[in-house]
Amino acid sequence: MALYPESGGALGGVAVRPIGAVKPLIRIGGVTKTYSTGMLAVAKTNLDIGRGEFISLLGPSGCGKSTLLRLVAGLAEPSSGTIEWPTSDYDATGRPMPKLGFVFQEPTLMPWATVFDNIYLPLRLSRIRRNAATDRIRAALASVGLERFADAYPRQLSGGMKMRVSIARALVTEPAILLMDEPFAALDEITRFRLNDDLLKLFQAYELTVIFVTHSVFESVYLSNRVLVMSARPGRVIADLPIAAPYPRGDDFRTSQPYSEMCRVASAELHRAMGDANEEH
Amino acid sequence: MTSRTTRTVSLAITPTTRDIPLAVRILVPTALGLALLGLWEILVRVLEVPKFVLPPPSLIGKALGDDFPSLLASLWVTLRITIEAFVIALAGGLLLAILSARSRLFELCLFPYAVILQVTPVVAIAPLILIWVGIDHLERALLILATIVAFFPILSNTTLGLKSVNPELNALFKLYGASSWQRLALLDLPNALPYLLAGMKISGGLALIGAVVAEFVAGSGSGTGLAWRVVESANNLDIPRMFAALALLSALGLSIFFLLVGLQHLLLRRWHESAMSRES
Ligand SMILES: Nc1ncnc2c1ncn2[C@@H]1O[C@H](COP(=O)(O)OP(=O)(O)OP(=O)(O)O)[C@@H](O)[C@H]1O
Ligand SMILES: [Mg+2]
Repeated sequence: MALYPESGGALGGVAVRPIGAVKPLIRIGGVTKTYSTGMLAVAKTNLDIGRGEFISLLGPSGCGKSTLLRLVAGLAEPSSGTIEWPTSDYDATGRPMPKLGFVFQEPTLMPWATVFDNIYLPLRLSRIRRNAATDRIRAALASVGLERFADAYPRQLSGGMKMRVSIARALVTEPAILLMDEPFAALDEITRFRLNDDLLKLFQAYELTVIFVTHSVFESVYLSNRVLVMSARPGRVIADLPIAAPYPRGDDFRTSQPYSEMCRVASAELHRAMGDANEEH
Repeated sequence: MTSRTTRTVSLAITPTTRDIPLAVRILVPTALGLALLGLWEILVRVLEVPKFVLPPPSLIGKALGDDFPSLLASLWVTLRITIEAFVIALAGGLLLAILSARSRLFELCLFPYAVILQVTPVVAIAPLILIWVGIDHLERALLILATIVAFFPILSNTTLGLKSVNPELNALFKLYGASSWQRLALLDLPNALPYLLAGMKISGGLALIGAVVAEFVAGSGSGTGLAWRVVESANNLDIPRMFAALALLSALGLSIFFLLVGLQHLLLRRWHESAMSRES
């Protein structure tokens, strides 16, 4: 059995809808977040995120990228403003129905559990029995190429393999949205490129919506259809750059003229973001 | 070529413990022990040391054999008190640790008194407990004292373990809407397990010490455990029998220790750093 059995492949999943009528999947309306220390981590931010987008949050350290991601995931409450899911129903606790997958900067695996049990965790927490979950866990493992490591413990895996387990765990609930907080920051370049390509395959195969936090200009341009550049103190979005190149993307795109042009633009914006921060000191 | 040979030799001189096969690791200390016993036997005989000062091992062995039924009965009493105290300390410590990890207020109320109980020497509390409880139920008083001594390492270690959960794993459980029971069973307790086992290793030894010390304090005629056999033999200047009782006490302490080390290894060997070097 495959993950997302209902998704109809390349053609079946295309919805025919007039562009203007499409509501955003996530609407961030005037959201601010002030921590109890008085730190204004996210300042009045407005943002619409459409279904099927791959969004990168690019910005210097401490500009509020993680905070924004945690707000979207419901792991932190905004100090003011709202985060709405216009196309979704809400469950009894007021949480939006579309399921979220969250990939942390560290693999964040339970060291006492096998790879299999780590991936089983989200299903176990929604009280799905082990037998009923096995097929989905196997499929999630296969989608990150780790079928043979189901019974391994995290400490027997390399850094890149642990990260893939973490991604499989995020995918096993068949989420519509994948939130990733610098998932590949700790990896070497070669592993990172490979996981970037794997991620794009999953993005296309499962028609995901992705919000991806990164420090890397190149990574953000390669992966996303929109790069949001953030600046610090207070954290806010200062540029919203569309990356028009179609998916699937590969080495052709990485060596193309538009790619290097977009990288140059994004770099310039990132420098502006860092300049903004410095002026305020 | 030469440099390479030198290197091999220097490595062979300082091997790490895991290069040594298990059989050798057991055989060498055992052989050393036997050699020391032999030396003891010979020296005592050659120097004609009086047996009420230092009896030779052979005489201690004989005393152990002659008095075996009564010593075994005493061993059983001490063992029972130790195990009961350990189990009560384990269950109580675990329960209170879970409660204080849940409620900050509970922790604030509990810990000062737990610390007071811990830092007050058990020998000093013993007479009080013996008067309150021990006059009618001596064993119960010994059990209470041993439990007091064994209790604290379980409580403090487990509390630390329950509270040192990776914050991102905590966020993950929140994201998937884990209930507080699920969080306890699947996250907090497994995370606390290595801490708990370290606490158990200390507590196991302390329970025995508590049981023995309490019996010493309880004093004349009333005791039936191994501690009392030691006192009784000393009073009668029956030093070989005293040594025999001491040997049994050491054996008991060692067994408890190795049992808990084994348990620790069994439960942690597949995932915890403390057990890693043994495997690799
Ligand atoms: N729990 C917290 N309590 C108080 N302040 C916080 C907390 N978390 C983050 N901050 C502050 O909020 C600001 C934004 O933090 P955030 O983690 O969102 O930045 P970031 O963009 O993800 O940085 P990095 O790229 O280094 O991960 C920082 O100045 C940080 O010090
Ligand atoms: Mg961050």
